[in-house]
Amino acid sequence: MLNQSSSVDPLFHALADPTRRSMVERLARGPASVSELAGPLSMSLSAVVQHLAILEASGLVRSEKIGRVRTCSIDPSALSLAEQWIVQRRADWERRFDRLDQYLASLPPESDKQE
Amino acid sequence: MTKRSVTHGIFTIERRFAASPRRVFQAFADPEAKARWFGGPPEWGPNEKTMDFRVGGRETNRATPPGRQTHSFEALYYDIVPDERIVYAYEMHIGDERISVSLATIQLFPDGAAGTHLKLTEQGAFLDAFDNPKVREDGTIGLMDKLEASLKE
Repeated sequence: MLNQSSSVDPLFHALADPTRRSMVERLARGPASVSELAGPLSMSLSAVVQHLAILEASGLVRSEKIGRVRTCSIDPSALSLAEQWIVQRRADWERRFDRLDQYLASLPPESDKQE
Repeated sequence: MTKRSVTHGIFTIERRFAASPRRVFQAFADPEAKARWFGGPPEWGPNEKTMDFRVGGRETNRATPPGRQTHSFEALYYDIVPDERIVYAYEMHIGDERISVSLATIQLFPDGAAGTHLKLTEQGAFLDAFDNPKVREDGTIGLMDKLEASLKE
């Protein structure tokens, strides 16, 4: 039985951060070096390395050092099928709720009387 | 012959919204309001959808990502308490394969003067077809699509 205390917990934590999601999005298009990952991000290399460590702990990303270059890639096979399913459903809901938040913010102010 | 298997899973998401439970409930109950936020990624093209929001009513949604099999969702509402709770069960298909049957529970709690604390719980049974290599491939690609789509919005 999978539940919140299972191995998907680190994954949810990893994907809860927009910087890490952008790193995963970049890696979804193919492997990249740490400096390539850091390129578009306005933060120090050490901050990027910290984010990378969290992604690696989640099992979604792996890295390999060849010579002086550390290359990162996506490894969704690290997740069981049920974990993939949960991650997908959860990503769906997180995205929907972001949009729900925007939708609610676009409504006129609430009155106490009617609606 | 299909290898038979089933795996169970559960997850919970909690969110706070700066709107009353009545408004958040309406965003689930009113088809036009729900269409504003519930749909799939825009690149999946138009969804075919129906919605009958009442106890015993059904909601369906079918979409076909470019070059992939049709993903379809069919739900049945079991419990609706205005401004407080929605419980529905749904099945998902990829192509002809039923990949899962799940129970979703949405609870709304007042949060401060004008806010809502939403708690979503999903409990699912993932069926043997989920292990079908083609479905698996679609699922893995789907995961990446979701992550990419979530960044574009």
